Amino acid sequence: MSKHEQFSEKLGKSLIFIFASISLLILLSIVFFIFRDGFLAFKENGFFHFIFGHDWNVQDNTFSVLPLIVGSLVVTIGALLFSVPIGFSCAVFLAEIAPEKVRNIVKPAIDILVGIPSVVFGLLGMILLVPYIRDHYGGPGLSILAAIIVLILMILPTIIAQAEDSIRSVPSSFKNASLAMGATHLQTIWNVILPCAKSGLVSSVMLASGRAIGEAMAIYMVIGNTFTFPKSLIDPSRTLTSNIVGQIEEAAVGGTHLHALFGCGLILLFIVFILNSYSFFIKRRGCRSC
Amino acid sequence: MKKNENCDHIKLSVHHLDFFYGKKQVLRKISMDIHKHSITALMGPSGCGKSTFLRVMNRMNDLIPEARAIGTVLLDNEDIYGNNTDVVKLRQRVGMVFQQPNPLPKSIFDNMAYGLRIKGIKDKQKIAELIEKSLKKTSLWGEVKDELHKSALSLSGGQQQRLCIARAIVMEPEMILMDEPCSALDPISTTKIEELMKELVDDYTIVIVTHNMQQAQRVSDWTGFFYMGDLLEFDKTKEIFHHPKEKKTQEYIEGRWG
Ligand SMILES: Nc1ncnc2c1ncn2[C@@H]1O[C@H](COP(=O)(O)OP(=O)(O)OP(=O)(O)O)[C@@H](O)[C@H]1O
Ligand SMILES: [Mg+2]
Repeated sequence: MSKHEQFSEKLGKSLIFIFASISLLILLSIVFFIFRDGFLAFKENGFFHFIFGHDWNVQDNTFSVLPLIVGSLVVTIGALLFSVPIGFSCAVFLAEIAPEKVRNIVKPAIDILVGIPSVVFGLLGMILLVPYIRDHYGGPGLSILAAIIVLILMILPTIIAQAEDSIRSVPSSFKNASLAMGATHLQTIWNVILPCAKSGLVSSVMLASGRAIGEAMAIYMVIGNTFTFPKSLIDPSRTLTSNIVGQIEEAAVGGTHLHALFGCGLILLFIVFILNSYSFFIKRRGCRSC
Repeated sequence: MKKNENCDHIKLSVHHLDFFYGKKQVLRKISMDIHKHSITALMGPSGCGKSTFLRVMNRMNDLIPEARAIGTVLLDNEDIYGNNTDVVKLRQRVGMVFQQPNPLPKSIFDNMAYGLRIKGIKDKQKIAELIEKSLKKTSLWGEVKDELHKSALSLSGGQQQRLCIARAIVMEPEMILMDEPCSALDPISTTKIEELMKELVDDYTIVIVTHNMQQAQRVSDWTGFFYMGDLLEFDKTKEIFHHPKEKKTQEYIEGRWG
């Protein structure tokens, strides 16, 4: 290696090192901020009261988030309950049953849908869904139901695209083995292809849950954002994320109110962390069995 | 082709078969009789249509869109391309072993039980007995009997291929199709599988695609020589190797090309 090459090699490596360190530092400081102010919320309101209470009182400066956690979980789980079976069925159809021509049109379309900004889904929900729910099911229209439907539309393409990829990446030799033993196509899908695609399917769900639980704007636009436990699907409610969106203007001055919002952020971070570790765990296990 | 052969000796009879992938014709006017309890070897240069012809016999080509077979293929005198053929039944009668060993990513036991369960056999005792019988037949039993619940993918290549053969015969098929079953294996595993074929031929009718002329001579009773979609010559293996009628066949077996 010439001197010049040695120098540029060193320079390149140091530049990469510097950029990597900067981005890592930024990430760490963000996490640090959230933790610091989030913990303040726990301290100021009391840990148990903050998590398990249900008051959000700006005048008295007391905050707690149980209804928000419930709201977040209800809309996320509600959306998953529908979009997982529908999404998996679509994925199986596209990957295994649909003729090549159909797939070649539908798959790129779905990939584009994945990239639509969520606020667009929120807007559609606001204009079309909310009035429809108000007129046909009663209530203010702004509701858990509207939020769930908006989320379903938003995460369905993600699930379909990811699940389809993982189904198609199952080696065709497995499929051939099963068919050659006299299994029908459906039996093969059920007994061989889906189990082999399991880790990819699980991570598609995890990715979708992450998007759903973290979605703020689209939900804020259709959920009504009232601080209440939802009693029925057509009731308005509030999630951890929509709470932050709705309160930030008022809370920006700082103090307990702002800390409470960071507390919400910390809880979100915790939920997403659990989702990711679960998906990581499944992927590791998936490799071994398949 | 010897037309005066007694029909009872014929397991599968192909008559005037044309085969197309889309517009491309890959088999032309193939006629061949596969004799019961015999090993038939299919040979020929790469791309001449051997695998395609093999897949005609259990209709695995159905999976390929735009693939079309025209002609008659009679299994025990019934047209397998007829309107009321049950493809699932057909594939249970005509088993297949692939070029690359392809055990499912399940345990050894579940690989063996897979087809039986599909067939609707629920009796656990019976399943276990059938599995033991086939594993013994493929002389795999001694090697795996204590680890039936280990993943089949942890076996060696040769063991995997013998598992695939065991998995085919546990279904009690009438025919077994093998597409270059030894091409991914070492000489010792190859020998084992060749011996296995010679034992199995008492119970089954075997068709094997092979590029290995010694192998064809060692195991097969009949040999068909394919060339660019035509069946140039089909005869007793001894005839083909000692008195080939076609010049192309002779050149090929002398290793001048291919
Ligand atoms: N799925 C397919 N679609 C289109 N053409 C195909 C397909 N499979 C095979 N062919 C073509 O059909 C011809 C015969 O292929 P086949 O696999 O039967 O040959 P082969 O004799 O088994 O060759 P090899 O010895 O290399 O395995 C080849 O020209 C091949 O390109
Ligand atoms: Mg081939």
